[in-house]
Amino acid sequence: MADYSWPPMEKRRLIGKPHSRLDGGLKASGKAKYASDYFSKDLLFARMLTSPHAHARVVKIDVADAKSLNGVTAVRVISPAGTEIQWAGTEIAAVAATSEEIARDAIRRIKVEYEVLPHLVKEEDLAAAGPRAKASGEQVTGDPDKAFQEAEATIEGMYSMPVITHCCLESHGQAIEWKEDGMNYWPSTQNVSGIGGDIGTALKYPPDKIHVHMDNVGGGFGSKFAADRWGVECAQLSKESGGKPVKLMLERDTELMIAGNRPSAYAKIKVGAKKDGTITAWQSESWATGGIGGGGSPPLPYVFTEIPNQRKTHSAVSINAGGVRAWRAPNHPQASYLTCSALEDLAAKLNMDPIDLFDKNLALTARAEVYRAQLKKAAELIEWKKNWHPRGQSGSGTEKHGLGLAVNTWGGGGHASTCLTTIHPDGTVEVELGSQDLGTGTRTIITQVAAETLGLPMGAITLKIGDNSYPKSGGSGGSTTVGGVSSSTRKSTVNALAKLFDTVGPAMNTPADQLEAVDGRIQVKGNASKSMTWKAACAKLGVNKIAELGVNDQKKPEGLNSSGVGGVQMAHVKVDTETGIVRMVRFVAVQDIGLVINPKLADSQIHGAIIMGICGALMEERVMDQQTGRMLNADMEFYKLAGIGDVGEIISHLDITPAHDKRGVVGLGEPPSIGVIASIGNAVANAIGVRVPQVPLVPKRVLAALGERRA
Amino acid sequence: MSAKPPSSENESNVSKKRKSNGVSRRGFLSGVGVGSGALGAGVLGSTVLPETAEAATQVGPAAVPITLRINGKPVNLTVEPRVTLLDALRNRLDITGAKRVCDRGTCGACTTIMNGKVVYSCTVLAVDAQGKDIQTIEGIATNGKLHPVSTAFVNNDGQQCGYCTPGFVMAVKGFLDRHPDPTYEDVEKGLGGNLCRCGTYVGVRKAALEAAKEMKGARRG
Repeated sequence: MADYSWPPMEKRRLIGKPHSRLDGGLKASGKAKYASDYFSKDLLFARMLTSPHAHARVVKIDVADAKSLNGVTAVRVISPAGTEIQWAGTEIAAVAATSEEIARDAIRRIKVEYEVLPHLVKEEDLAAAGPRAKASGEQVTGDPDKAFQEAEATIEGMYSMPVITHCCLESHGQAIEWKEDGMNYWPSTQNVSGIGGDIGTALKYPPDKIHVHMDNVGGGFGSKFAADRWGVECAQLSKESGGKPVKLMLERDTELMIAGNRPSAYAKIKVGAKKDGTITAWQSESWATGGIGGGGSPPLPYVFTEIPNQRKTHSAVSINAGGVRAWRAPNHPQASYLTCSALEDLAAKLNMDPIDLFDKNLALTARAEVYRAQLKKAAELIEWKKNWHPRGQSGSGTEKHGLGLAVNTWGGGGHASTCLTTIHPDGTVEVELGSQDLGTGTRTIITQVAAETLGLPMGAITLKIGDNSYPKSGGSGGSTTVGGVSSSTRKSTVNALAKLFDTVGPAMNTPADQLEAVDGRIQVKGNASKSMTWKAACAKLGVNKIAELGVNDQKKPEGLNSSGVGGVQMAHVKVDTETGIVRMVRFVAVQDIGLVINPKLADSQIHGAIIMGICGALMEERVMDQQTGRMLNADMEFYKLAGIGDVGEIISHLDITPAHDKRGVVGLGEPPSIGVIASIGNAVANAIGVRVPQVPLVPKRVLAALGERRA
Repeated sequence: MSAKPPSSENESNVSKKRKSNGVSRRGFLSGVGVGSGALGAGVLGSTVLPETAEAATQVGPAAVPITLRINGKPVNLTVEPRVTLLDALRNRLDITGAKRVCDRGTCGACTTIMNGKVVYSCTVLAVDAQGKDIQTIEGIATNGKLHPVSTAFVNNDGQQCGYCTPGFVMAVKGFLDRHPDPTYEDVEKGLGGNLCRCGTYVGVRKAALEAAKEMKGARRG
């Protein structure tokens, strides 16, 4: 059986090196194409009419005026009379026309009569949710009543974070060309191999006749796996327009309202401990919403799962707002925030340094030694000893500095993936996978692995991804892509190379298993003088090419990838107590990630995850209005993201050691995004001496918390 | 917290302010903090009026033939007066480097350079762009070689999904054209008008500084 194991660290030429992303030049010159860039001479433009009401029944819909408008090619009623609408932004009708302006005019001509029904769009007051809140049964471990009675210190706190949305810069959508003998589908997706089947099922159209192609996707973050109603309607519009291609991208407000969000998290938490900081008891009453279906259940207590005595309840609140989708590390940022906030408050109550409190209780986690080493490293990088002070003791000025920390954990094993490597007699090499590069650098790391295995420069590999005519690869979610595609590529290229050795072995009078590929040559192992060039070796193939598959089985990674990581994150903030404005000074992430294929791209992933977390900690929030049932900030002026001046200094530290490396490749997209909000919230509490009970930490909340302390 | 950059209408407002502090093309708004109504105050300032008056010749409402000078070449097209420069580029001319993200002058993904000034092409009407030099990201490479700003984005990995990147590259170019020797703080202020969701700002900051150095060297050489 072939040896697929990764080459030893010291022998790697390309794996583990900080190569710039291969498609960087295309992106930085505007040449990279996205679904939303699709263009053809006969392209039609589609727009949708969406519901202004959070809860309503469609009584009547009249599209005759829209249909009669010159330039309109098709009108679809998506929600016919009788349909019950459960959230504002629901798709009501769609129009295709020869220009976007005409499509917009046609949408205005559609007349809809609604019967408006009562709605609930806010969940922060659990009591007010009434029957819309569904409680799960109480979970009890040990004897929490006794433990709280015996506790030498207890804290009680209320912590909450709102629903936030994905806000992918390329909104959701696609272009589709419907032909009876084959459909062309250009989606913006995280799921190139799977999305054709999804739309095919919905349309009752043979999936094997649907050709999916996507070169680039402008952000997904968990929200772009399915074909969605807008995909299905776009296909129907194309069909009804005589098979001309139709492009339908969501408008920004619709994207923010209905194309996915992260559930909120609210919790009343009580923690009991001994004087020395040993945690003995946990109690939490939590609730959350992810839309009409409820949703969101943060695993509590997070990381410190083995607290001996626990009592927990959780309620899922159903509200009339757009539904949840996977959002970078589903449930984990909420759980980390709720847990680490309570632990920081406990440390403050005990007059302990929170690092000591976290360290003291690491036996309650699944990877004590990993976290212990990370706490030390992170403290060093953020200069904790120099900069930390007990809560609230940050001097008499109005600018208060504070430090805070949090922990994370994630899986990140490789998804199912198949790779095809073809070696042609002229020496060219093609590597094909039905995968996608979300901007994580998937193209680059696949090429590094293939070139490393074949002993070739990266430029000698022609990589083809982003098309469902290539072998199937999983959707990009859960930090599973890098493990999946690197493993399948390794196996496929090892298999192809073995075939090449079989061909050239006789010519070199050497058994195939005694050959190796090094620096563009095939040579006898360890003997560069007995070699032939890659090109000459491939010429021996005559008219035959080599085409070999490699498969990563999610359940049998064979040592190439694994899962299960920990990380520690620390924040340094400054707070202006007169304005309530929180500014980032420095953020440190120490992350355990297994074998690192490209540290430059890994750093970018961590930086990005932290910046996304800074947005969530300081500004992002979906604001719902109970009066109208609408999202008040469905635009990018008031759905706020951090700008370049808002993020401070960011330091990432990758644990690159032989011990980590031997675990194989582990995904990195999610874990560093988890503890950011928690650590910033803790840093602010440390700075101003009081807990701000709700994120994002916008000035009004900071000032309110300060006001309460003064009162 | 991002400062709102100017749309084309209030460039004159910005120029005046720029002279006074010499740093940021968006300086006039950088002091306006979290969640404030910055946009209203900036756009409706009285300095808007003279430019608006100049362009007051009535066109439309039907589609009108226009000529745009894009990357040095005249291009003829027919658009309704309500069509933005961004939509004219993307929907009619297949020039797709500028992206439509917020479509209302917030995010900078559609940044182009018009008569040497950085503009959001979603807030410029195509009919108003006539007679002006419009530079898009497709027009900044020379002889098939990446522009130094683009190269710096690659070197410093100032991009992930890449959707904000063309706008960011144009914003950096426009910024460096006016501020060839910026400090780190200048970069943070001057580029406050572009948003990224993947979180590439660490790379973008480095890219802007590296490009500044590179372009200065090239001018000297």
